[in-house]
Amino acid sequence: MTAKRSVPVEVGDGRPVGVSTVTAAHDGRIGLRANLRHIGALARRNLMRIKQDPESMFDVLLMPVIFTLLFVYVFGGAVAGNQHAYVNYVIPGLMAMMGMNIAMAVGSGINDDFKTGVMDRFRTMPIARSSVLIAKIVVEIGRMLVATTLLLVMGFVLGLTIETSVLHLLAAVGLGLVFGASLMWIFILLGLTVKTAQAVQGLGMLVLMPLQFGSSIFAKPTTMPGWLQAFTKVNPLSALADANRSLVNGGPVAHSALLTLAWAAGITLVTAPLAVAKFRDRT
Amino acid sequence: MKPLKTTTSGGGKAVEVRGLAKRFGETKALDGVDLEVSQGTVLGVLGPNGAGKTTLVRILSTLIRPDAGTARVAGHDVLTQPRQLRRVIGLTGQYASVDEKLSGRENLYMIGRLLDLSRKDARSRADELLERFSLTDAARRPAMNYSGGMRRRLDLAASMIGRPAVLYLDEPTTGLDPRTRNEVWEEVQRMVADGATVLLTTQYMEEAEQLADELTVIDRGRVIAEGRIDELKAKVGGRTLRITPGDRAELPRMLAALAQAGLDGITGATADEADGTVHVPVISDEQLTAIVALLGARGFSIAGIGTHLPSLDEVFLALTGQKAARSSEFEEVGA
Repeated sequence: MTAKRSVPVEVGDGRPVGVSTVTAAHDGRIGLRANLRHIGALARRNLMRIKQDPESMFDVLLMPVIFTLLFVYVFGGAVAGNQHAYVNYVIPGLMAMMGMNIAMAVGSGINDDFKTGVMDRFRTMPIARSSVLIAKIVVEIGRMLVATTLLLVMGFVLGLTIETSVLHLLAAVGLGLVFGASLMWIFILLGLTVKTAQAVQGLGMLVLMPLQFGSSIFAKPTTMPGWLQAFTKVNPLSALADANRSLVNGGPVAHSALLTLAWAAGITLVTAPLAVAKFRDRT
Repeated sequence: MKPLKTTTSGGGKAVEVRGLAKRFGETKALDGVDLEVSQGTVLGVLGPNGAGKTTLVRILSTLIRPDAGTARVAGHDVLTQPRQLRRVIGLTGQYASVDEKLSGRENLYMIGRLLDLSRKDARSRADELLERFSLTDAARRPAMNYSGGMRRRLDLAASMIGRPAVLYLDEPTTGLDPRTRNEVWEEVQRMVADGATVLLTTQYMEEAEQLADELTVIDRGRVIAEGRIDELKAKVGGRTLRITPGDRAELPRMLAALAQAGLDGITGATADEADGTVHVPVISDEQLTAIVALLGARGFSIAGIGTHLPSLDEVFLALTGQKAARSSEFEEVGA
């Protein structure tokens, strides 16, 4: 610490200034433990905000229920002959879709959140600026877990059967969370770039619809025309849906699961630093 | 261990700014600003909207980077040592920077944790500051239900958690009613009495006079005057006594009576015919008493009497010979 740092400006109760500096490294970098503590404090903030505004949980609570009922009963008969057969096809796919929808909500939420004055305070505090974004993602992963759990409960009610094991099912859930978290970085970047939350929604939908329906989530790509099949093949949502399906129903997992993880890693490596830089420079 | 009290005569510079420049597109928000704040003192930065005050504060708190010039806070350079710098500053803006959806207590607890206090210390520090800023009763209510003054006090409390060596107050009372403004002033005065170094931006001469030791006047990104408050006041004229005689025809007689009496500073007395008032520069409280006593003894009827501080416009008029520019919109960057 420099000499100036320890100038004992005493305020209030007679304890010296600089309580917060004890753990700091010389160059002011934030250590791992401090970083985790900051992320914890900021995640707590996001949880308190949900508590204050319970309606913000509606999407997570309603989406799984509406999606399962809608897709199983509307498309089930047409796509798979009967609802029961379709449940085991579509539920693992819907797990993939859920992540995408929640990630989009992160983008529009962050747009509003980051306009508030408290972000300026965070930016002037001795914390890693990434911790503000990571805390957001931690809480959103929690929300995603709630949604996925509800989705599976709905699935079991409608007759979903696990042909493999609980561990396989958990692996599917984990894969969905990892991929969903990487999508959040995209939408955070978008949320920090465009001007309004509505713009995030609008742009998000434009990307979301083709990605969701041009995939293997709802129907087997073999029934689609060649050009669309080509698109579904490169669509990462197909990879995730395929991996989830194999994990639930049995079948080869390695290729689709590794492809999903590679996509998740690639997306995060590109968009996370951009998002943090965007957050840093936003004035 | 009782820490040493910062001595006011320490002479160390808590803030040193040299040739600071920042432009936004075509507009020069800061155009070569120099200023210094001595440890344990309050520097008022006075200027109209668009003068560059907020840009200055945002650079000094590492929110934006200057295009040219250097700035050091407690010895840390804004460009090369932003992380160290953030450990020693506190910022209260004109827009409350607390989380509206969180309660006052949760806000302060969160900031304590972000400043690496233990859970226990963060809790006790939060309660201590809530108490000090008279927010204990509202501690559990979300900040969005607070009044403007309570929010500003919460914001001040939030800035105090880390016991910052240097505190920036960016127009701390803009938009507050007079009573709330006084509350904020009292808090700032307490912080200063406790040894904080403060850089205060304001549009109000009265606020600068209340709180600041020294004053830097800026306009269109440039420093146009600086010095101790009393020196500047001598330059721009300080308080004026305005007396309205009961009968407007008495005006010349009143002026003559004052001139004859030969009181201190009375030579500057003028009559404002349009207004129907006599203006006397105020030098001391004794002089005020003497004038009132004199007028009473001579039997003048007085319809109105009061002292008047120069407005920002009048300060600018005196310093630059022109009206303050109030048109610029770009000042509140990011606000």
